[in-house]
Amino acid sequence: MELLGHLADGFATSLSPLNLFIVIIGVTAGLFIGAMPGLGSVNGVAIVLPITFIVPPASAIILLAAIYYGAMYGGAISSILLGIPGASTAVATTFDGRPMAQQGKAGLALIAAACASFVGGTISVVLFTLFAAPLADIALAFGPAEEFALVLLAFTTFVGLGGDDVLKTIIMICLGLALSTVGLDLISGQPRLIFFDEPGFYSGISFLVLAIGVYGIGEILYTIETQKTAPQVTPAKLTFTELWYGIKEINKLWKTMSLGSFLGFFVGMLPAAGATPAALMSYGIAKLTSKTPEKFGKGAIEGVAAPETANNAASTGSLLPMLTLGIPGSPTTALLLGGMVMWGLVPGPMLFIEQPDFVWGLISSLYTANLAAVLVNLALIPLFVWALRMPFTVLCSLVFVLCLVGGYAPSQKLHDVWLIVGFGVAGYLLRKADYPMAPLVLALVLGPLMEKSFRQTLISEQGNVLAFIERPISGTFIAISVIFFALPLLKHVKRWLKRDLSPAE
Amino acid sequence: MKTRFTRRMAMALAASAGLMMAGPAAAEEWAPQKPVEMVIMAGQGGGADRLARLFQSIIQKEGLSKMPILPVNKGGGSGAEALRYLKDKSGDNHVIMATLNSYYTTPLRTDIGVNIEEFTPIARMALDTFVLWVNADSDIQNLDDYVAAVKAAGGSWKMGGTGTGQEDSLVTAMLQNEFGLDITYVPFKGGGDVAKNLVGGHIDSSVNNPSEALGFYQAGKLRPIAAFTPDRIEVFPDTPTMTELGHDLVYWMQRSFVAPAGMDPAAVAYYTEMFEKLNATEEWQTYTQEKALMADFLTGQELQDYFLEERAKHDELLGSMAEG
Amino acid sequence: MLTADRVIAGAIMALSVYFMWHATVLPIGWNGETGGPGGGAFPFWLSAIMFVCAGGIILRSLREKPSDTEPFFDSDTLRSVVIVTIALVITVALMPWAGAYIALPLFLFWYLKIFGKHGWVVTLAITLGTPVFLFFFFEVTLKILLPKGFTEPYFIPLYARFF
Repeated sequence: MELLGHLADGFATSLSPLNLFIVIIGVTAGLFIGAMPGLGSVNGVAIVLPITFIVPPASAIILLAAIYYGAMYGGAISSILLGIPGASTAVATTFDGRPMAQQGKAGLALIAAACASFVGGTISVVLFTLFAAPLADIALAFGPAEEFALVLLAFTTFVGLGGDDVLKTIIMICLGLALSTVGLDLISGQPRLIFFDEPGFYSGISFLVLAIGVYGIGEILYTIETQKTAPQVTPAKLTFTELWYGIKEINKLWKTMSLGSFLGFFVGMLPAAGATPAALMSYGIAKLTSKTPEKFGKGAIEGVAAPETANNAASTGSLLPMLTLGIPGSPTTALLLGGMVMWGLVPGPMLFIEQPDFVWGLISSLYTANLAAVLVNLALIPLFVWALRMPFTVLCSLVFVLCLVGGYAPSQKLHDVWLIVGFGVAGYLLRKADYPMAPLVLALVLGPLMEKSFRQTLISEQGNVLAFIERPISGTFIAISVIFFALPLLKHVKRWLKRDLSPAE
Repeated sequence: MKTRFTRRMAMALAASAGLMMAGPAAAEEWAPQKPVEMVIMAGQGGGADRLARLFQSIIQKEGLSKMPILPVNKGGGSGAEALRYLKDKSGDNHVIMATLNSYYTTPLRTDIGVNIEEFTPIARMALDTFVLWVNADSDIQNLDDYVAAVKAAGGSWKMGGTGTGQEDSLVTAMLQNEFGLDITYVPFKGGGDVAKNLVGGHIDSSVNNPSEALGFYQAGKLRPIAAFTPDRIEVFPDTPTMTELGHDLVYWMQRSFVAPAGMDPAAVAYYTEMFEKLNATEEWQTYTQEKALMADFLTGQELQDYFLEERAKHDELLGSMAEG
Repeated sequence: MLTADRVIAGAIMALSVYFMWHATVLPIGWNGETGGPGGGAFPFWLSAIMFVCAGGIILRSLREKPSDTEPFFDSDTLRSVVIVTIALVITVALMPWAGAYIALPLFLFWYLKIFGKHGWVVTLAITLGTPVFLFFFFEVTLKILLPKGFTEPYFIPLYARFF
């Protein structure tokens, strides 16, 4: 019961009036930062971090947790309203969130995202509290081979994400993977694919640049063409009855959400994997287990809830390797790690024993921040929905400006802004020719992980390809991916056989 | 919210009009007029990044700079991106760069059209140390055990480290040359990743900086075998140095600040003084002790000489690596 | 539609070849020494797959009968897409020289007043409000400096006031 005592102490601190005020401010700021295309929790945390050395440590942790959660919730907002994923973790949210917004159900999608995030966050914080220490050992068991198998598993969820045109889906996956190799080859330490000898390519092509280009600029160009003056979406209204209806709808999603939470937490906990594969796998599994898989991609509420529970759960899960192993799973946790070092804490297995105040203070802050985030988010949904009712040209011009500035902000290179415009035009043309965009963007995110772990394994195993199958964890994952991959293929074959047989009858 | 902003804006405009009429302030006492960009030669989350951000927060906390210092990561191409950027910023008084050893190794390894002699040295803050680590579960207790184990493995001994051509791989090459070892080098993304894989048993040894392995060491998961330093490291009093054991293997990671070519000498003096004050702060001194860093402050021409000397050493080292 | 499909597939093939050419700088084969594929292998073979698939699309289009005669572009709306793209390019090109605080309001003004045909009130409110918001949100709050170009000196007093 020592654990509960620690938690109670933590809560007592996080519920003081000053800290509650800090939570609200932090969550609101995080929400807006996360909702801005291009900006995410990493920007919020980077700004707040220096301040944390001035305020009392307990308040500092709460502020950071609040910004972290706020930004996570905010990421879904731009995915749903504008169709621009603000972070790679929110790509899967656009699949169904965007169609929902276009059908005038933006409010419902936002409520679903908020509630799902809350459930994901809560379940994962509970898991965190109960099993933090033993779970760290699982993370340790993950070497390069296991990482590769996990990414492969995430990749198989692509099957079915693209349109019916298999050739075009393959092209987009390959293009995304090829673009992900631009920059430095980690294994040989040599630069590669430095187009036109531009120094900007040394750092590779970031996910944000491609996503803002394709989903931001490309999408608006596409809409300008299809409907120059007509409103982009059916204006959405939000009343209390609808809010109530929304919450009732969400109540039916417990299976999806609990599955997403567990999956998200466990995948997020593994260093190097993080929330993007988690959200993607959760979406894939929700579609696979759904009774109405054909609704996915056309505005299914489960399609919003599944990735949102998973990415929030994964973001909490990713704090685990940071605290217990000192390995950041994302740029944001890397900054937090730096912060901890500056507060004089040594992340690692001893942290839970030597600094229980910090650890349990952080966990109770997470509870508080999560609760505050869902409340603030729900309260602000009418405002966000209202923003969609702006005249189309006004909204467009503002989104263009946000895309340009949001693309510049993370790297502060004009090179990236040019790339955004280029990707925007290319994305517009490709979309017109029915090339699917999601495989392209997700391949860019997962590509580096996949190549790196693949080659690391082969180097350490002296070129033995069988190493992937021989190791128990990675072998299991690969077997599951093969099944996942074969399922839709079998369906195709079945259909094809039937079609071939029917004329013969 | 909005109205307050506009009022502040109006006040600022009025203030700016007043200032412009007053003309530029006295020139002799130089101070930054706009936020100073601190380019970091590495990506977010690495050791270099963490240290640079530590400097930033100490500067902010102690009020050492009139304008905020804004860290910007330009880690592309092992720092090639940052070096090219600094070259393009010639004469800019509001850019400084946090460097590590890739400051000399990157231009040596690939021709990126940058000569580090042209840049303006500001201050060297610290030298980071390297230690040879094994998993605490292994039977290896000392350097002799280690060498014997690697030889017995016959080339399948896995040494983890950062990217090929970066510091860890150089230290590994030195080790291989000295003892005639055959090691498989597995590159990872960062030092923390390497340490975790060593604890998880996915690699057999590493040459992590102490700060990267400290958490695991304190938990009894990793064992230091020998330090690549001339003197013993304070936090590992029982770990012998390579020099002690009769092997001339010393390697440092330098943490310095440089500025673009042609920076105003008054500005150079300003930044040098800022880092001098930073060097004297209690936070920095405690940090270096805890993390086994050598706070070896160096500025001006001496620092430039140090850079050039190190560049020559690394040229030789890289050459021997290419042969082996 | 079919022609456009072929042109795009052809462009993808050209892009693949360009990628492959770049990738050959590093070893593209299985490297016996380190036990894995070389640094150029991933980009090279992925581009090769892309090349083959795009070729497949062209072949497929040759077999297909041109059933839909619907043009790929509607000439009227295409015009607006091209104009907006040009405006974006000009805006980005202006940024390093004139700074974000001139380029972006110019773009907004053009888009709202000339392209969108909005009234003066909406146009001016957004054109003038956006840079103020950008300055306070990005520069003051998030400490992310936007490009200023020749307008830099005019910001020095603002920095002195707000930082």
